Amino acid sequence: MDLRGKKVVLHDMCLRDGMHAKQHQISLEEMTAIAKGLDEAGMPLIEVTHGDGLGGSSVNYGFPAHSDEEYLKAVVGVVKNAKISALLLPGIGTVDHLKMAADLGVTTIRVATHCTEADVSEQHIGMAAQMGLDTVGFLMMTHMIEAEQIVEQAKLMESYGANCIYCTDSAGYLLPDQVKERIALLRRELKPETELGFHAHHNLSLGVMNSLVAVEAGANRIDGSVAGLGAGAGNTPLEVLVAVMDRMEVNHGIDLYKIMDVAEDLVTPIMDNPIRIDRDSLTLGYAGVYSSFLLFAKRAAAKYGVSSRDILVELGRRRTVGGQEDMIEDLALDMAKARGLI
Amino acid sequence: MAEKIKAAIIGPGNIGTDLLMKALRSELIEPVWMVGVDPESPGLSRAAEMGLKVTSEGVDGMLATMKADGVQICFDATSAYVHAENSRKVNEQGALMIDLTPAAIGPYCVPPVNLKEALAAGSNNVNMVTCGGQATIPMVAAVSRVQSVSYGEIVATVSSKSVGPGTRKNIDEFTRTTAGAVEKVGGARKGKAIIVINPAEPPLIMRDTIHCLTDELPDQDAIRKSVDEMVAEVQKYVPGYRLKNGPVFDGNRVSMFMEVEGLGDFLPKYAGNLDIMTAAGLRTAEMFAEEMLAGRFSITSSASV
Repeated sequence: MDLRGKKVVLHDMCLRDGMHAKQHQISLEEMTAIAKGLDEAGMPLIEVTHGDGLGGSSVNYGFPAHSDEEYLKAVVGVVKNAKISALLLPGIGTVDHLKMAADLGVTTIRVATHCTEADVSEQHIGMAAQMGLDTVGFLMMTHMIEAEQIVEQAKLMESYGANCIYCTDSAGYLLPDQVKERIALLRRELKPETELGFHAHHNLSLGVMNSLVAVEAGANRIDGSVAGLGAGAGNTPLEVLVAVMDRMEVNHGIDLYKIMDVAEDLVTPIMDNPIRIDRDSLTLGYAGVYSSFLLFAKRAAAKYGVSSRDILVELGRRRTVGGQEDMIEDLALDMAKARGLI
Repeated sequence: MAEKIKAAIIGPGNIGTDLLMKALRSELIEPVWMVGVDPESPGLSRAAEMGLKVTSEGVDGMLATMKADGVQICFDATSAYVHAENSRKVNEQGALMIDLTPAAIGPYCVPPVNLKEALAAGSNNVNMVTCGGQATIPMVAAVSRVQSVSYGEIVATVSSKSVGPGTRKNIDEFTRTTAGAVEKVGGARKGKAIIVINPAEPPLIMRDTIHCLTDELPDQDAIRKSVDEMVAEVQKYVPGYRLKNGPVFDGNRVSMFMEVEGLGDFLPKYAGNLDIMTAAGLRTAEMFAEEMLAGRFSITSSASV
């Protein structure tokens, strides 16, 4: 694979996707220290919000230690060169949240929908584009449909005003060839000026490999997370990806030693548990389940005495999508009843 | 045959047609007009076949004769954008408007919770909130009538096929309107609403989760009883309204997991979200009709929203 000279914009997720792994309890001090470290390492884009995006604060997804406003204000104030992005899931957050984020200095808005439901993003993408923001359409769970269908949905987002489209492997399920097929077709079918991004979860240990494949197939933005801090087995570990890209002579603009230090000295120490491919996160990747279901399934399993792997496999079988966290306790109750446990 | 109150349905789409099929079975409501804007609309032809007067010229096409035809109640199953104008016109003709759009210019109405108040207020326009609101607000109210609820949150999961283009274009309206009604009608001090759309095949039946945070530790027995009674109330007009699991008590959290299966009149059974809207709209109309027939309720044409 020859990626020499390719320019890639890396986008750090540890302060947004990482919120899942931290049950949304990252402190303002931790957040600003990590953001500063990332900024100094040359990270061009850093995402900051509740794990489920703006407005995600809820019983269903978890109440965060601080509001989106507090986190965004704190981080925007400490970075010098990095741009700050915010995620928004229509159905959870609204354009009011979007405007709030923009007022606080967020310059990239990523509007995320399930991969078949792009048309719920029209008002949010339209508004972000109208406000002159870097506007990203973020299609989640793209392993669930074929490349041709992804293109249809991506074109909708493009028509609403998105200047960048993401193919997101929310379950960490995609194999390298599937990434290649999806990104290559998107590259062929979307406008040449539309940027393309890829977001991985490391549940099958393919985060780095799939990201390289995505770049080869035409993606120029790649998400990852320092020390992998993210839902499931985490996102593509950025310091690893940077080291590999260094050796492959990819133009990524990051200082490798500095990002290694952020991973080791700032991010790893705040982890509640090691980010690794344990039995449950492997199940996510194997069964095609939304990565942030992981801790919910573990808690429900502990509470109702059923296996978290069984819960996750069943969630995959039922083709649940991102945001259906409430299904997990409901399903665990059904399973516990069926087994005579309650 | 007992006397019925005559009604018009504006909007011959899926919702309007399902409502028509339910209304044709009503003991209290007699649908006489179906109003559309497209002469080719299959919904209009269906309504005409069923013996209704139809027009493809919008509400204006019915205005001249609606009074003479005895129309006292109108249902608006069009869109929030045209609702205010429709409502003004039919109110001028002395008819009550039941709003199935998210326009919400009149007071929110969730039948088992606040229909009696809406009746007493003599409003000439009542709004049916949203599908998620109809499915979940009774449960929030079931908790808040036992003890104070500081926060009510609802998660509505609906099949992709049951979410129309109007909702998709303005999904924020769903979250805002529903959250507002969780507070105003449900009785939670702060409300939050989330909608999740799932494209699985075969389509999933509408599911709803309701979380309430109570100020004091929940009175479990009283809440269980209140919830059971409320479920029975909703089942009077939506038989497929089921409490699947819960109430689950966890500290100050009370959670209920519901499933809403529709009757399958015109809309498929999985679309309980749409069924509960048409059923709640008709239920509301029937309660007003009872009052009208008993001479206890009338709207003057001068009343405005």
